[in-house]
Amino acid sequence: MMFLLKLIIRNAFRHKLRSILTVVGIAIAIIAFGLLSTLVGLWYHGVEASSASRLVTRNAISLIFPLPLSYKDRIRQVPGVKTVSYGNWFGGIYIDEKHFFANEAIEPKSFLELYPEFILTPEQKDAFLRDRKGCIVGKRLADTYGWKIGDLITLRGTIFPGQWEFVLRGIYRGAEKGTEERALFFHWDYLNETLRKTMPRRADQVGFYMITVERPELAAEVSQAVDAIFKNSLAETLTETEKAFQLGFVAMTEAILVAIQIVSYVVIVIIMVVAANTMAMTARERIAEYATMKTLGFGGWHIAGIVFGESLVIALSGGLLGVALTFPAAHWIEVELAQFFPAFSIAPLTIGLDLLAALAVGVTAGIFPTWRGATIGIAEGLRRIG
Amino acid sequence: MGMGNNKPPIVEIAHLSKSYRRGSQTIPVLEDITFDIADGEFLALMGPSGSGKSTLLNLIAGIDKADRGTIRVGGVDITTLSDKELATWRSANVGFIFQFYNLMPVLTAFENVELPLLLTDLSRSERREHVELALQLVGLTDRVDHYPAQLSGGQQQRVAIARAVVSDPAILVADEPTGDLDRVSAGEILQLMDRLVREFDKTIIMVTHDPRAAEKARIIRHLEKGILTDIDGQPASPVAGS
Repeated sequence: MMFLLKLIIRNAFRHKLRSILTVVGIAIAIIAFGLLSTLVGLWYHGVEASSASRLVTRNAISLIFPLPLSYKDRIRQVPGVKTVSYGNWFGGIYIDEKHFFANEAIEPKSFLELYPEFILTPEQKDAFLRDRKGCIVGKRLADTYGWKIGDLITLRGTIFPGQWEFVLRGIYRGAEKGTEERALFFHWDYLNETLRKTMPRRADQVGFYMITVERPELAAEVSQAVDAIFKNSLAETLTETEKAFQLGFVAMTEAILVAIQIVSYVVIVIIMVVAANTMAMTARERIAEYATMKTLGFGGWHIAGIVFGESLVIALSGGLLGVALTFPAAHWIEVELAQFFPAFSIAPLTIGLDLLAALAVGVTAGIFPTWRGATIGIAEGLRRIG
Repeated sequence: MGMGNNKPPIVEIAHLSKSYRRGSQTIPVLEDITFDIADGEFLALMGPSGSGKSTLLNLIAGIDKADRGTIRVGGVDITTLSDKELATWRSANVGFIFQFYNLMPVLTAFENVELPLLLTDLSRSERREHVELALQLVGLTDRVDHYPAQLSGGQQQRVAIARAVVSDPAILVADEPTGDLDRVSAGEILQLMDRLVREFDKTIIMVTHDPRAAEKARIIRHLEKGILTDIDGQPASPVAGS
């Protein structure tokens, strides 16, 4: 057995250049597969990061239609509701459209209560709560633009036109690695007061309410109760769990998601074909050797083991190399493209899928040459010499 | 060319026929071959290309199947054995020497010689003992760790001979063993084969085109269009050496 293993490994790297190119090809495919799978996973990051005890209430017609601020107190009275906060998607632009990051007007006190995963020092929290023109940003966003406490940040409003200036009062850290650290939050009151002066018709309205319930199992009951209150009103509500709310956004971009998934599988199929070609070429060259081994008394299963083993050794070498290189590649993406991704971490499941894909490449590439090597007639095989 | 010995036959071939199919055509290769090979004989099979000598060798060695007739080797009718039984039988009874040596390029001389022993129950140390003995016999104890590419043609063929004899088979089959060698190396290989017959009582059946190689054999048999003949082209006597 050890002898055959030695033979398999030596055979696998007999044509060094060919084997190395195949291994590198498989490794690149595995890196691409791993990174694309991680990217698809990140699409669901917001969904996974959502709390089971948080609900979001929005206008039943569409998210772009606001809700009256007066709903706040009525929602708070619903049995099972613990905290109510509210906010507006601000959609401001920093420098230009390429420098996109999420920015929202929120009611700071209740918001920070609702989202304990955004961690601020007590001093920064106080400073933020005291300053109506103050804002807080995530650590990664601050790092991206080199912002420091006290800096003036100007956003150009799109939904709410004008130049909006904020003073950076806090830089929050995420409680977990995947917590969103690329967002800016500022006082809803600042937005509302400005609107009262400039566009009074749009004042005292919020984009969404955020609710925490006392226990996660109350979520469905509270959702129904909230929506029941505003049924047949001018602004009917739709209350859903934060997870369902986030899934709604994911669904809007599902086509892109499917396309990325397809590309990731196509990459593996392409490398399967390349590896199968390499293995077929290798087996064809070695038919005489297989026939010689059969002459010496080795059976078809021995030959099958040698050919199949070689295919697996090459594919798994590529797979392991690919997995090893996926980590630095993911780290590079996380650092260099920090503004786009909350945290580009490779999940254990992705590593498992990577290795499974490499195994699939090895198995597929080895099937035909294995069959050929195992079934070749000795006399026919020996005629291939010279 | 010497005369045959008086030992009982180790190979008994009776009414052996073999043909190949090429498309819808059936091409006869061997027709009604009957002859015996005595134990400890050194037989050369000669004949023009396509005469069927390699096919006959393959049939005797159990790596091809006859259409008709029987081949008894050491009392076993190998034409009745299954592929699996033939593989086991070959590994115990036949040693192979090929024109192009057929060594595994990724294995050292030692490992190549060890290859047939992997199918036996021998322990690692016993295998080592056998391999060292075989390499000593062919005079290559100083090349055990060399890969085939690091050896000359003659040395590679000697490794192949060591591999052929390492499991101590009764019969050695050699298909043009000197065909790829220079004159000096060919002479050395033939001397070695002669020694195997004389000192170790091996039976060698050698296919060759080379009259000089055939001279080393004790008996020469000719094949012409699938029929065994004597040197003058007449159908041969069924007993080799008679």
